[in-house]
Parts: sequence; structure tokens; C-alpha cells
Amino acid sequence: MLSEADIGAIWLTFRLATTVTILLLILGTPLALWLAKTRSIIKGPVSALVALPLVLPPTVLGFYLLVFMGPSGPMGKFTEALGLGTLPFTFWGLVFASLLYSLPFVVQPIQNAIEAQGERHAEVAATLRASPWDTFWHVTLPLAKPGILTAAVLGFAHTVGEFGVVLMIGGNIPGETRVVSVQIYDHVEALEYTQAHWLSAAMIGFSFAVLLLLYLLQHRKSSRGLRYGI
Amino acid sequence: MEYKPTSGHGIQGHFYLPRSGGHAPFALDVQLDIPGRGVTGIFGPSGCGKTTLLRCIAGLQPCENGSLAVNGETWQSSGNKRNSLPVHRRPLGFVFQQPSLFPHLSAGENLEFARKRARQKVSDDEYREITELMGITRLLSQQPEALSGGEQQRVAIARALLIKPRLLLMDEPLASLDQMRKREILPYLEKLHRSLEIPILYVSHSVEEVARLADHLLLMDEGKIVNEGPATALLSRADFPVQLGDDLGVLLEAQIAQQDSQWSLLSASFDGGSLWLRDTGEQVGDSIRVRVLARDISLTREEDMQSSILNRLPVQVEEICPDRDPAMMLIRLKPQSASAAASDANVSRLIARITRRSVHQLSLEIGTTLWAQIKSVAIVR
Repeated sequence: MLSEADIGAIWLTFRLATTVTILLLILGTPLALWLAKTRSIIKGPVSALVALPLVLPPTVLGFYLLVFMGPSGPMGKFTEALGLGTLPFTFWGLVFASLLYSLPFVVQPIQNAIEAQGERHAEVAATLRASPWDTFWHVTLPLAKPGILTAAVLGFAHTVGEFGVVLMIGGNIPGETRVVSVQIYDHVEALEYTQAHWLSAAMIGFSFAVLLLLYLLQHRKSSRGLRYGI
Repeated sequence: MEYKPTSGHGIQGHFYLPRSGGHAPFALDVQLDIPGRGVTGIFGPSGCGKTTLLRCIAGLQPCENGSLAVNGETWQSSGNKRNSLPVHRRPLGFVFQQPSLFPHLSAGENLEFARKRARQKVSDDEYREITELMGITRLLSQQPEALSGGEQQRVAIARALLIKPRLLLMDEPLASLDQMRKREILPYLEKLHRSLEIPILYVSHSVEEVARLADHLLLMDEGKIVNEGPATALLSRADFPVQLGDDLGVLLEAQIAQQDSQWSLLSASFDGGSLWLRDTGEQVGDSIRVRVLARDISLTREEDMQSSILNRLPVQVEEICPDRDPAMMLIRLKPQSASAAASDANVSRLIARITRRSVHQLSLEIGTTLWAQIKSVAIVR
């Protein structure tokens, strides 16, 4: 059935997706809040940048990241100066790339959930003597919970499913960058169709379960006027 | 009931908010001097700027060119941004037009949200008192969506009170409710009025509500205050600055003088005579406020003893004004049966709204004496 290498790939994928989801929730929530509330003229350009990975071929993103993080790219020089070496072909390189690649899937549901709340609840909280910080923690975030759950599920699933970016900047290093999608690719290249079947079937099962969970979550909360289509 | 604001008491300030974009058709430009006690009704047609004024007072609407002092405490001073308290530092309670309980908290948790952040500690007794006053003790475990609009609004009012505000602002709290819910909630607002020490600003476009609740009245039109004064006096003017049409009428302070149990009627005396009312359980000696609509008064030259109308008062025409409707005229009448004790200026006037043709047929002019037949009298409080 599953070889040791397959299990290693699954474990690596899980670690990558979990790390990326947690980081994205921490970084994406303030960004989503800002996008939902701001009237700044740079809202448009920032929204477009965040959404860019939705339309770009992963190879384009991967290519520029490779240059950016490589020894002569600005980020590469910076990480080398810190004594960390360069990021391409490392786990953390994959984490960084996935953060950018999955960003819209986390920011947009949270932004929608906050925008759907309108100004009212925040105004009510202010008249009840809640400071803006207090309001954020006790009103805005709890009310955005369905959106945050959606964001977490989508961010996780999308990171699990990425292939092109990984291939561009991660290569194929067992235990470091060889995630499930790359492992399947390798099996097929080596004509190991049975192995490829097992892993692919597991991915189908996983993806179906995730989407089902998402729709159940949304169905339960839809009475509050929050819907997020994929 | 007349309140005279003195320095250090009441609400003083001014707001100037230029019209912005397509939203406001006019600038808000008001100078405030409001009594520090009782209910002040802010009344005017939809879109006259009353809600904007209330939002400026709360600080929800930033207004750079504005100042505000509430009972001697400066909340905002002109041209100095640093001296403007943010909303959450102003000791006020705000009741919004739409019931606005936090949907992720139960009714009780909504109250706790306020209690935790109150200006001073709320004792268990005070908490119980407020929830009983609003009649919501049995609703506290419910989620907001399980409550009716009226119940939600009562919880929202209790929540605003639990903050222990120094000023309560209510923005058309009944506007989103149907007639039945309005009737259900009005008695709670009256109780509130009687039991609260703090001033209440009550925005409304309903004459019925302000006639019932307000002691003092600010009339607004196109962003400006067009008149202000005690509610009874202001609502009884024929040249009422805001056109009311069918809602025009006078407000009379009266006292129950006798009870007629045979016919289930009450006789109420006011400073221009006495009126028969249906017996709705008031006691002799009770002070009431009654409203007589201008369209419910008809005029006859002779006293019509054969009429089914009980209330007939001898009156004298004091003023004849044109109505907005070209077919109608407004007649201000001075009751003649006034007791000798009431001086001329103190006698409550009545206003009749009749057709221009009737004015011509009866050849009415100033000084004509007539009988006013009053078809219905409503106790508003």
C-alpha cells in the first residue's frame, strides 16, 4: 500500500499546510480587517496584489520567488546576511511561497465576513464603552468566526493541493520538500501506477471531506447572511 | 412642566456639518441648549438631520466644527480635535433605530457586555431593577434571533441603561416596529421617563410618540432647529413650523375631575374647560395629557343639543391660517368657558382644521364666537 516515502510525504504535507494556515491566520486577519475598513486609495492595488495568485500560473509565481529568494535576489541576500543560507529547496522556502500562494484564500473570506458585519456592531460596542481593541476581540472577531473557519479550511486545503510552485522552488528533496503532489508525480514518472493510485485516491477523499465540511459550516451559518463561494 | 437650563446644567453646544457629497441635501447647523432633565424630543420630517445631530452628540459622526458640554462636562470643544472624546469615552447610552443586539451573545450576555464596561459598578439590585423595568427578566437566556423586535429593543434599552450613562440618546427606537409592538413598548418608555434622573434625547418623526413622551421639544427642518420649547406649548400652535397635515392637534394638560360610573365616562378639566373621556381606569385627581386633533373638531354657530358628540365647548376665533392643503384652513380657538382664575394667556387653545368653504359659509372672522364640537379626545399619558 503506502510506502515509507509516501507516509513521509503525507507527514511533510501536513506539517507544511498546518504551519502555513497558522501563519496565514495570524498575518491575514489584520490585513483582512484593514481591507474591510479602509477608505485608503491603496485599497484597490493591495486587493489586486492579494488576489494575484488566484490568476497567475504557479510557475510564474514560483519563478519569481526562486529569483527573489535565490543567492542574488534581495531576500536571498538578506537571509544569507542573517546566516540562514538561501530559502529555495528548503522547508521554510516552501512555507514562504505557500504563504503568498494561499493568501487570497484566507484573506478574502475573513474580509467578506467583516464587511458583511457593517459598521453597526462596532458602533454599538463603542456606545457601550468598548475601546477599538476591545471591540476587535469581543465583537468583530467572534462575529467573523464562520469566515475565519472557512479561511482556515481553504488555506489548509489549498496548500495541500499546490504543485507547480513546489516544483519550481522546492524541487524534490525527501523529508524536506517532497510533498504528496510531487510524490504522485514521481510515482507516475516511474510508472508506479498502483502507488500513484493510492495517494491520489487519498487526496480525492481528503479534498471531498474538506469541501463537505466547508459547505456544512456555511449552511449552518448562512442564516447570518454570510456565504463564500469558491 | 417647564425646564429652564442654567449654566453648568443641561446640554449646550453647537454643530456645523457641511453637506457632503450626494448624502445630505443641506448642512447641519444647530445651536443646542437643552434641559438637563426630562425627555427632549427631537422632532422633524424624515431626512431633516435629526439622526445626524444625535450621532454628532454621541461622537459617532465626527464633526470638527462642533462643541458639546453635558451637565457641565465638556465632551467636545470647537477646533480642537484632542478635546473631542471618542465615542467609547463619552458617558452615554445609545438606542439605535434597528434592534442591534450582538447576534453572537444571548440577551443576558448582551447585558453583561454592558455591565462589565459600565461607568460605575452595577449592583445586583440595580441589575434586577433595570431588567424588571424593561420586563425582560424571563428573556435573558434567549438568543436575540429568538426574540421579537419589541423584545430585542427592550433588551437593547436595558443594555444602554446598564452602562450607567449620564445622557440617554434614543434614535427612533420604535420606528422599526409595527403598531402592536409600538404599543407594547411605549409604556416601558414612559416608566423609564418617570424613573430616570438623566436627560433623554428622543429622536422621532411621529407626533404620537413625542406627544406622549416629550417634556421639551426641538423642531428641526433642513438641518436647522426651527423652534423649541415645552412640548405642550409647541404642539398647540396653529403655525406649527413643521407641516403635520392630519396629525396636527393640540396637547392639553388635564386633571380627572369626576367619574361617571353609570356611563363609564370620566370628566377631565383643563385650563379652558372640561372634557368627557372614556373611562380607562384613571382615578379622580390624576394628571393626564390629552391630545385633540385639529381634524376631530367641527364648528357650529349654535350649540347643537341633538348631536351625538358629547364634548361641546364655547369658543372664540382667535386666528385663521391657511393650511398646506388649499381646500383647508386652520382656526385657532380660545375656549370661553375658562374659569375666572385662568388668566388669558394661560388658557389652552384648540385648533380646528376645516374646509375653506366652511369658513366662508359660516363667515368666520377673528372674534366670532362659536361652538366647537370635539369628536374624539385621546389620553396620551
